[in-house]
Amino acid sequence: MSKKLFTNKQKEGLQGYIFILPWLVGFVVFTAGPLLFSFGASFSDYNVTSQMDFVGLDNYKTLLTDDQLFWTSLYNTFYFVLFSVPLTTLGAILLSALLNQDVPGMRFFRTIYYLPAILSGVGVYLLWMQLLEPGTGMVNTVLSWVGISGPNWLYDPNWTKPSLILMKLWSVGGSMLLYLASMQGVSKSLYEAAEMDGASRWKQFIHITIPMITPVIFFDIVTSLIGGFQIFQEAYVMSGNGDGGPVNSMLFYNLYMWKKAFETFDMGYAMAMSWILFIIVFIITIFNLKMAPRWVHYEGEEK
Amino acid sequence: MKGRKNKVNPSNKVKHRKKYFESTKNRKKLLTTINFILLAMGSLLILSPVWWMISTSLKTMAEVMAYPPTFFPSKWNWQNYVRTWEAAPFNLYTINTVTITFLVVVGSVIVNSFIAYGFAKIPFKGKNILFALVLSTMMIPGFVTLIPQYVLFSHLQWVNTYYPLVIPSFFGSAFFIFLLRQFYMTIPNELIEAAKMEGASHFYIWRKIGMPLTKPALATVAIFSFNGAWNDFLGPLLYLNNENLYTLQLGLQVFKGQMSTQWNYLMAGSLLVLLPVIVLFFIFQKYFIQGINLQSGNK
Repeated sequence: MSKKLFTNKQKEGLQGYIFILPWLVGFVVFTAGPLLFSFGASFSDYNVTSQMDFVGLDNYKTLLTDDQLFWTSLYNTFYFVLFSVPLTTLGAILLSALLNQDVPGMRFFRTIYYLPAILSGVGVYLLWMQLLEPGTGMVNTVLSWVGISGPNWLYDPNWTKPSLILMKLWSVGGSMLLYLASMQGVSKSLYEAAEMDGASRWKQFIHITIPMITPVIFFDIVTSLIGGFQIFQEAYVMSGNGDGGPVNSMLFYNLYMWKKAFETFDMGYAMAMSWILFIIVFIITIFNLKMAPRWVHYEGEEK
Repeated sequence: MKGRKNKVNPSNKVKHRKKYFESTKNRKKLLTTINFILLAMGSLLILSPVWWMISTSLKTMAEVMAYPPTFFPSKWNWQNYVRTWEAAPFNLYTINTVTITFLVVVGSVIVNSFIAYGFAKIPFKGKNILFALVLSTMMIPGFVTLIPQYVLFSHLQWVNTYYPLVIPSFFGSAFFIFLLRQFYMTIPNELIEAAKMEGASHFYIWRKIGMPLTKPALATVAIFSFNGAWNDFLGPLLYLNNENLYTLQLGLQVFKGQMSTQWNYLMAGSLLVLLPVIVLFFIFQKYFIQGINLQSGNK
């Protein structure tokens, strides 16, 4: 008799909102709220206790025009990203190409190569500090076998960033698995057709495998760029007392931001820094998304 | 592969050697061999740091400092491990880490599964926009929210408690929601519809059908979140100043300060902290691999 309060569809919709409610609450409390606060506070001299006066664009102005360490940290971070992202991407693709052949023991190799990717944290950083010890570490010992006298790695400002890149390359197996999974998804009939036409394996790799895995290459590049810009822990643990040394060569963007926010409590300043990084990452991600249609091949799409 | 035929031109003028390599079958054999050798050498390269860690952890200090260093300890000093464990309150660190990790894993598995079910199986207004919002949060550099979150948690008096490390995992994480939603999408809708016909609520379907059917994906989430919590350094570094609350990662960092260059003890400590992760990896390898497959869009 009485009209139903909700139709069945509305009832179901309501259930939907209940299901995603935890995320929604978390999004507001842990992401959106903090983002708004941070944006506002980046125009202030907030220092976590009481002081919070509006200072306009002062933080941004000081950062861009009057803070040498800001530029140093930006340079260090770009250096790291510019080398580590292409090298790990290329390494992962080559490795997965080798594994994707009918090679005996593929599963065994896959396990071995993936192992370093799951190891992380302070234990791994300590391991690499030992491996890179100039006199008694493994890396220089192995280099000396082939007559190379290795550098001073973490003690030489010119070699600290290559040290971290080397460590990153060790765990290349993480994205290797991603590529391998996608290579195994490529239809066999494509290769069979190419073989009929007499295409060599190399040609098949370039003209079939690579185009078919471009969505994963794209995903990997986007995520490792975002991740690369956020390098922090490695530098914090491996640069002595987290000072970014020697000679600020490991003072990455996030490490400098950390020191500003949690050591000198220049929170407003640090938040302005975080927004500059956000903008950089955002522009690069948008650029990637815009460029994607030019080289990323999605199945079902005819070219 | 069976249909593959010898593609060499049957002209007999070519020399025997050349013929041997041009024959597809033999060429394939050769390539596979080269491939195998490359991969075997590569895996030695990959494993050598791990071996170096084990070997160093068993050496005496004199041997660690000896030049040139050796790949094998002359004597296996297992007592290094006992000394390491006793040199710092590692028992306490372990209990603390296990507590945090346990709570994070429980929260991540239950809550993300719940949220992902909603995004995958219930039609509601604005779903696509909200899901795009979930994905876009993955693009935000962590430090942008880290600093204001610290402000929030310090005002809540949560510094020097485990709340900042545990509570957020009960509100879902974009990556896990994405992963589980991918998996839910492979469950036929007819199954859900049939249960709905019989009057089951979505909550009931999630618990009785959704959870059991997505067990493999939940295992992946459990393992990834275990690794995340176990290896977390940034969170404890920021929120824990009281040594009684320290986790293994923080403890190891303090231990590094105490031991300076006593690499045998440092490597023993590192290995002990990494051991649970390594053991889990070998036992549950297929779930790691599955997580990766979900990400790459292949089921």
